[in-house]
Amino acid sequence: MNISVDNGSTIAERLRLRVNGEKHDLIVALNKTLLEVLREDLLLTGTKHGCELGECGTCTVLIDGEPMLSCLVLPIEVQDREIETVESLAQGGHPHELQIAFAEFGASQCGYCTPGMMMSAKALLDEIERPSRDQIKEHLAGNLCRCTGYLQILEAIEVAAERREVARRTPIGDDLEANDPGEDGVEEVAAE
Amino acid sequence: MSERASGNGYSVIGRPLPKVDGLRKATGQAVYADDLDLPRMLYGKLLGSRRPHARIVNIDVSRAEALPGVKAIITGKDLPVKYGILPVSEDEYPLEIDRVRFVGDPIVAVAAVDEMTAEQAVRLIDVEYEDLPTAFDIEEGLAAIDEADRIHDYGAHDNVHKEVNLEFGDLDAGFEAADHVFENTYFYSGSNHLAMEQHAAVADYGADGKLTLWSSTQTPHYVHKAMAKVLEMPAGRIRVIATPVGGGFGGKSDPFPHEFCAAKLSMLTGRPVKITLTREEVFYAHRGRHPVLMHVRLGVKDDGEITALDFQSFLDGGGYGSYGVASTYYTGALQTVTYKIPAYRFRGVRVFTNKPPCGPKRGHGTPQPRYALEIHLDRVAEALGLDPAAYRKSICVDEYTMTANHMRVTSCGLRECIDKVVQASDFASLRGALPEGKGIGLGIGSYLSGAGLPIYWNNMPHTSVDLKVDRGGGVTAKCMQIDIGQGSDSVLAMTVAEVLGIEQEDVKLICADTDTTPIDLGAYSSRVTFMMGNAAIEAAEKIREKILAAVAEELEIDGEALAGGTECLRAAHGHIVHEIDGIPSGKSIAFRDAVPLAEAKFGQLSSTGSYTPQKLGGPYKGSGVGPTPAYSYTAAVVLVDVDTETGVVTPEKVWIGHDIGRAINPTLVRGQIDGSVYMALGEILMEEQAFRKGQLQFPSMLDYKSPTFLEMPSVESFLVETDDAEGPFGAKEVGQGPLLPMPPAVANAVYDAVGVRIDELPITPEKVMTALDRKARGESPRYGPDSVPEYTWPEPTKVDPVWYDQPPEEWVETKRRPVTLYAAPPADDEPGSDAAGGPAQC
Ligand code: FES
Ligand code: FES
Repeated sequence: MNISVDNGSTIAERLRLRVNGEKHDLIVALNKTLLEVLREDLLLTGTKHGCELGECGTCTVLIDGEPMLSCLVLPIEVQDREIETVESLAQGGHPHELQIAFAEFGASQCGYCTPGMMMSAKALLDEIERPSRDQIKEHLAGNLCRCTGYLQILEAIEVAAERREVARRTPIGDDLEANDPGEDGVEEVAAE
Repeated sequence: MSERASGNGYSVIGRPLPKVDGLRKATGQAVYADDLDLPRMLYGKLLGSRRPHARIVNIDVSRAEALPGVKAIITGKDLPVKYGILPVSEDEYPLEIDRVRFVGDPIVAVAAVDEMTAEQAVRLIDVEYEDLPTAFDIEEGLAAIDEADRIHDYGAHDNVHKEVNLEFGDLDAGFEAADHVFENTYFYSGSNHLAMEQHAAVADYGADGKLTLWSSTQTPHYVHKAMAKVLEMPAGRIRVIATPVGGGFGGKSDPFPHEFCAAKLSMLTGRPVKITLTREEVFYAHRGRHPVLMHVRLGVKDDGEITALDFQSFLDGGGYGSYGVASTYYTGALQTVTYKIPAYRFRGVRVFTNKPPCGPKRGHGTPQPRYALEIHLDRVAEALGLDPAAYRKSICVDEYTMTANHMRVTSCGLRECIDKVVQASDFASLRGALPEGKGIGLGIGSYLSGAGLPIYWNNMPHTSVDLKVDRGGGVTAKCMQIDIGQGSDSVLAMTVAEVLGIEQEDVKLICADTDTTPIDLGAYSSRVTFMMGNAAIEAAEKIREKILAAVAEELEIDGEALAGGTECLRAAHGHIVHEIDGIPSGKSIAFRDAVPLAEAKFGQLSSTGSYTPQKLGGPYKGSGVGPTPAYSYTAAVVLVDVDTETGVVTPEKVWIGHDIGRAINPTLVRGQIDGSVYMALGEILMEEQAFRKGQLQFPSMLDYKSPTFLEMPSVESFLVETDDAEGPFGAKEVGQGPLLPMPPAVANAVYDAVGVRIDELPITPEKVMTALDRKARGESPRYGPDSVPEYTWPEPTKVDPVWYDQPPEEWVETKRRPVTLYAAPPADDEPGSDAAGGPAQC
């Protein structure tokens, strides 16, 4: 469905997006990238942008668990797929291990690269429980950070990975289980 | 006891606490300028010049105006007031009126219902230009030109913006006394800050005639001042709020066209207007590192002792003044605060060129001379058969001395920094002994903990902190300082928490808002920790004094015993504990219970603390650039691998020692060191602003290469705590200084690895290969400029030097602020005017 909006120059389309477990039925301008739809139409401004040309990694989100640069994705391509942004990380008011570790170890200075960095790191930790330093570097090489020199980010990810592993091996509290949507493989493992 | 856990006697200071804004940033909750979305908001877009230097003959906006969705269009005539960050070079209009000076120089601004329409409108604007002669580099910038073709109608002459000739001591006698004279030329390339966040601003002009501007700026106060001037509005009707800055590094320290244009467009439409620059526009807005060509002539004795230094710098300034006058002086100011130089001449010249304006980037004007000087000393050490580390230590300045150019040096841990990195890296045994292709190099540096003078002349405080305590025990600290990632929010919270004896989490912050917070000049010159920290201590001590007085009364503690020092009240971890001879007496009260007692006794608990640096600097024009209440010092050793087949230089390990004075939060200090090392490596190995006819060759993040995770070596850092006399808890700066020793350390390591000198940044594989070729052919094994232009310098200003070993009459004692762990309330009920209070020595 194409709709002409108020200034007469833009054609809009109807879109179904599934973001952070919520379904959205939207009408957005055809030319908008996923980044713009997330930030402007859904007000999920946690996702940042540093170039809008696919060069910095700041806009990284997960699509079906894979890190993708939202500035290069057309929303129509990801209809009905699972989109995760930084806003999905904290569950039930508890920040994700990565978020806690980033705050604790100075991995977030100006914080602008942080959401993208964190989504890339989450994808990695979901795939490899305890990645090596080289694996982390390799995996995050597309995410630029201008403040930290990357070293404290590396440390934060390592600590978060370690803490997740420990948490997985220890029986976890009811509150976490209650928040488990049941679709997240990691949480299922954790709940076993 | 836990309060001694950090080993320094403080309960909060020195602990590696999480950054106070860390979780808000990690969860995406921090709201940056471009995240703002106001009702009825319009989007603005600037049109930049397509020509590097031209007269604007005509601007036709009629096609753009006719585009549906366009709400307002402005040109230079709508904002015909000049501004500039330095009062001596107010040479910019928000939109240039009759002349453009670089590709990208803004000339028209459009507001429309959405970004796409604004972009389309900008493309429909027709500009007629009449090209003017261009200057694209230092050489061309120095050439004589017709008056009408000058880039600006002010400055020294032709396209020369600023020239300096300062002479301290008898230079001729110095060279006369030398056993050897070493001469060489060096070039340091320009680079961009590349902050991850593009500049953004939102302006909202209300029907009440008041304007609010949210902007990603490091200097809300200076933006506020410039807004009032350019918009010709009383400053009292303008509110500037700096949003969290997504990286600054000096790149967001000027007032920018998009800020004025958003404001004007909002005034014209009565709707909020947002302008966010694209990455390409950020590259053109620039204000980055000045490319500097340098000549060093150094006279030394047989043992290396310096007898005279003659230093020349040529700065490629770009199209506008920006901070350039200060940048010029900075290329000459700090050579003397690291080494004893009895006779010193500094000659510097900055030219206007038709390129994006240069300005301050991390280290502002000092990495360039540091690169030249540290490579130069490596050459001297080699020629004289001296160990480069021991040599540097033998000529280092001593603490509490003056320099020839009248800079006051107080605490100085440079020798200890050198010792740390030399020992940890095993520099002495590895240098010259590593296999071909591996090398190790050393460099040192020094930086200011805040400029001694404000940017515009005034006698007011440089910073103030307001505190307010609510009845529930919550403490709110207000200050105009802006956290740009460096952790100044944490410094503020930790400082207040330390003095009041509460935890970091108990302090709430309101910052960077010209309506609600007291002055802070901004996040530049590494000034915030030092200056705001002192103001925060003063404000918190005023509150603590009242609280302790109320507690003493409530617990019926003998005022005389407190005054006499046998008993004391210690505030830490949320409690005020009574101690007798250092042992808790059993009497104590929680901070939150003490607050109502103090409020009942004294009224609302509020206070203000301020800080103004002492007047420093010598009796000459230009002496305002360089003085600071305290210099930080750094030494770095770098181990590199040089691939002789490809010329690729890979830094493998960095050891860096920094005289921080006192680490308020060691995690954040380390972050500044790592970040400085990283930023330096980018400039050293790959980053460069390259142009073709005024057009940037790499205005994108893909082409403008910067280091990724893969290029970052491991960094071992050492914090040297010299406990500065005037710094808050003894602290000095760390945001910029650690960048300085890196470029020469890498260049010196490359020399150790393959025997070629790269005297020109960046150290690219091509340059290394060229130098290796030259070496193989038996030519000079070096890559770099051969000479500097012949320039007719102005008459020198001759200044009598101050001798290092004789503190002069103008010696200014440091203001020592006693920070007390144990504080006694005043003997009577009235808090005295002496805010620091007399510590009761338990
Ligand atoms: S904004 Fe998407 S990669 Fe830079
Ligand atoms: S924390 Fe500032 S860019 Fe990464």
